[in-house]
Amino acid sequence: MSDAVEQVEQTVETLHGCPVVYSHEQRVLLVGRDQYVAVVKALTDDGFEMCIDLTGVDYLSLPNRTVGAGVKPERFEVVVNLLSLTKRERIRLRVQVPAEDATLPTLFDVHPGTEAHERETFDMFGITFDGHPDMTRILMPEDWDGHPLRKDYDAGFIPVQFKGSNS
Amino acid sequence: MSTVISAGTNEGGQELQSRSELTAKELFREVGSVLRLSESEAAKLAEVQTEAPEDQTMIINMGPQHPSTHGVLRLMLELQGETVLRCKPIIGYLHTGMEKTGESLTYMQGGTNVTRMDYLSPLNNELVFSLAVEKLLGIDGDIPERAVWMRMLLSELNRMSSHLLFLATNGMDIGAVSMMLYGWREREDVLRFFQKVTGLRMNHNFIRPGGVAADLPAGWREDVLNILENLPSRLEEYDILMTGQPIWRDRLQGVGAITAREAMALGATGPILRSTGVAWDLRRDVPYLRYEDVEFDVVVGQYGDAYDRYAIRFNEIRESMKIVYQILDHMPSGDYRIQNKKVTPPPRARIDESMEALIHHFKIFTEGFKVPEGEVYVGIESPRGEIGCYIVSDGSSNPYRMHMRAPSFVNIQALPHMMRGGLVADAVAVISSVDPVLGEVDR
Repeated sequence: MSDAVEQVEQTVETLHGCPVVYSHEQRVLLVGRDQYVAVVKALTDDGFEMCIDLTGVDYLSLPNRTVGAGVKPERFEVVVNLLSLTKRERIRLRVQVPAEDATLPTLFDVHPGTEAHERETFDMFGITFDGHPDMTRILMPEDWDGHPLRKDYDAGFIPVQFKGSNS
Repeated sequence: MSTVISAGTNEGGQELQSRSELTAKELFREVGSVLRLSESEAAKLAEVQTEAPEDQTMIINMGPQHPSTHGVLRLMLELQGETVLRCKPIIGYLHTGMEKTGESLTYMQGGTNVTRMDYLSPLNNELVFSLAVEKLLGIDGDIPERAVWMRMLLSELNRMSSHLLFLATNGMDIGAVSMMLYGWREREDVLRFFQKVTGLRMNHNFIRPGGVAADLPAGWREDVLNILENLPSRLEEYDILMTGQPIWRDRLQGVGAITAREAMALGATGPILRSTGVAWDLRRDVPYLRYEDVEFDVVVGQYGDAYDRYAIRFNEIRESMKIVYQILDHMPSGDYRIQNKKVTPPPRARIDESMEALIHHFKIFTEGFKVPEGEVYVGIESPRGEIGCYIVSDGSSNPYRMHMRAPSFVNIQALPHMMRGGLVADAVAVISSVDPVLGEVDR
């Protein structure tokens, strides 16, 4: 049993200590929460100089899905797309974020362009980013309750809330 | 029954805070020192902040109903006299939860949703969505050649119409009002062609997973040639009208300058990144469709100012025309959609004679088709920069998560940096040169 596990571990490709999986020929790096910023920094030094996209996914109804390479699935996932202009390559990072402690360190110091993306992810999923200079809602009104893109947030169920309305 | 819904959140306001209430880090973000500048450079930027005592400045709202904000963008500006000290874009006025809606629509219906995001280049939205779904289905290599070239034809014409509208609105914002009429007029020619092909001027839902909705109508080649033949002489006139005009150049040159390093740090793509001298165009660098088979130049600027961004878009219209000519020469015959029974509904004639075809047609439009589990990101070059689509599928006929990486959403992050230290009148030129589409910003 233990031999088999070791064999699997040997065959898994790694980059900066994180397992690499392929999804439709696209390279995906499964990063732990504690190495997250360090790995993004290391990848920046490798030439992935632009952070193109950062978003969240709520896997509430798929708790037992396989992430790959033996990574334990959590409710939330933050997905980061990095781009290398010189190598013309992309790499995607998937970070598992548990529901009971939905926080991640911010990427703001590495890629200031993630500022709006992190605010949007916070607004839509309630994942907070430690160290972000302006962790406020970006798309929803600032006194809105709940985070709309969560799977337990029903579309069309909550009455419209606006400041000063009395209905 | 009146229940006042209490705000149980304490995230704080989205507004620009007065400077005395800000921490050093928050101030840093607004003065742009986080952009990996050296300490002395950052200090220089910070000096402007402390120069003006807080009681001599004022914070005003520009928008959301300001005509130069291209929709409903609200900018909070801290002004000292006519000088912009700080700026914060506030968005969300057009937020309609399109990503949430996308989760309850099938892959078949998804096109109608995404096409409304960037309403000035709807075909590019549909294209990136279709490419992502096709990749998940594993049919991305089997799309018929005619469909691929048709997609290219439409997305290039769409780039032209979008840039023509930019010329119109940019002209209007700077004060060249006659350009507004000319720009809208030329765009209308392209939209008339779209109406003939897709049935609609905008929000076409024409590019669908598996191909396109219909074949090109009779006489399409003459229509395209008509557009291509009219445009060059008119572009020449606009070149004289605007580029050749000293007032125009003075209003744009040196305004809202940004360096390549800053643009890349802020994630800006498209004409903004190219205006700084970075030759990055996904059509050339990460070719999709058949862009490797056509010849065109990537237009690059040098100074990263509003003038370069205007000139890049102007010349991209000419490059797109070059591509369209090559597409006209290449356009292969054949099927316009994939003959995969799973994705493509049966032809209309079959429905009249076959019960199975009728059932199949009914099922594909009510239930949609199932897409295997997986996740995929596809990025293409829209007129505004990289538009990307990230889809997670759980094996059903609806996307589990559908995220659009909207270029305008990222590009407006560069506004505070471009406006800093400039005049209010230049702020209008800067917004215009970023060319944001608020439907896409807010989604």
